[in-house]
Amino acid sequence: MLRKQVTRRQLAAFCAALGLALALPGPLRAEDAARVKIDNFAFTPQDLTVKVGTTVTFENDDDIPHLVVATDNSFRSKALDTGDTYAFTFTKPGEFPYFCGLHPHMQGKVTVTQ
Amino acid sequence: MTSHDDSDDNGITRRHALECMIWAGTGVLWTISAGVPVSLNMLGEARAAQVPSKGFTFLQISDSHIGFDKAANPHAIDTLKEAMAKIHALPVKPSFMIHTGDITHLSRADQFDAADQLIGRAGFDVHYVPGEHDVIDEGNGRAYLDRYGKNTKGEGWFSFDQEGVHFVGLVNVVNLKAGGLGNLGAEQLAWLADDLKAVRNSTPVVVFAHIPLWAIYPEWGWGTDDAAQALAMLKRFGSVTVLNGHIHQIMQKVEGNITFHTARSTAFPQPAPGTAPSPGPMTVPPGQLRSLLGITDVAVKRGKANLAIIDSTLAEK
Repeated sequence: MLRKQVTRRQLAAFCAALGLALALPGPLRAEDAARVKIDNFAFTPQDLTVKVGTTVTFENDDDIPHLVVATDNSFRSKALDTGDTYAFTFTKPGEFPYFCGLHPHMQGKVTVTQ
Repeated sequence: MTSHDDSDDNGITRRHALECMIWAGTGVLWTISAGVPVSLNMLGEARAAQVPSKGFTFLQISDSHIGFDKAANPHAIDTLKEAMAKIHALPVKPSFMIHTGDITHLSRADQFDAADQLIGRAGFDVHYVPGEHDVIDEGNGRAYLDRYGKNTKGEGWFSFDQEGVHFVGLVNVVNLKAGGLGNLGAEQLAWLADDLKAVRNSTPVVVFAHIPLWAIYPEWGWGTDDAAQALAMLKRFGSVTVLNGHIHQIMQKVEGNITFHTARSTAFPQPAPGTAPSPGPMTVPPGQLRSLLGITDVAVKRGKANLAIIDSTLAEK
């Protein structure tokens, strides 16, 4: 019995610590992260709205490399081979259209709100 | 062997264009006959034997994508080796080669090295223009220019003369604009205008670049935004041949004095325009790849708009 209670207490402590860790501000918080998939020469979602401070991860699922470039040059990825990702944290509100530096007909937009 | 002899003076028909689009291959051997480029069957001795006693040949390969290892062709290096072996076996040695870009898949040094080793071993002068896959190093094209930029201007464009024919290599894969297509840019267009000043109207001109200089399928980015300005400068010449890569399949068109032709890849086929969700590499059943990696002959006759086209595949002996 005693042993079981200790285990419960440990578990509760662990859960509290985990909860605290999740509650701490940081780039890993689920609500501060968003994903854009690159598939079939298209960004999905093509239009993404996020809050300031959100980190958007672009992931290339095509067999051809792509390169994410902001139209205003505020961000630019390296060439993303199949399965590669590029993460950018949007710290200012506004509209950020972007395109593929290799296939510029591929376009998308991130709208950042307060 | 599939032969299309189009006697329609208006040029290639839609049916022919579609037929020719279904093949993909390794290279095109061009010969200059009476100053007019004529493409020959790269691998067929019977055709290669037709090289005229006066004149010369040159060979175009494209889109070798060294480093590509996905399902459409896990061994792009091997198919380039095969293409080079065919070129070595030609009964008539080409005077030089042109590579119309996408030498590598990711602009990596080891990929450029591997391509150099194979293509350099051929013992030809090789004139390169970059594809968009060749300018995605950390330096945005520095790696390409360090290797191939000698004696070129700007981002790697150049011209040279060979036995009365003026050759121009253009770069349309850098500084691409959002929503746009291939791009030549004002600086290169100004250089081209200046370069062509000294060239007589009667001089045959061959222009090559990676992305097609005509709007093949803008929905997939298959065209060049400011190509019209370059083509306008070429209107006064009696014979202009435009050679491109990028789309991994043969397509051609004759418009006035200009013959447009796209080459196949040595790496993998891509779908015909609009026949797939995207222009990505086309995976075909095992054993079928080389039947899609074929060759195409195009005979361009002076004063005639029609083309004689002969398509053959690598699977044919």
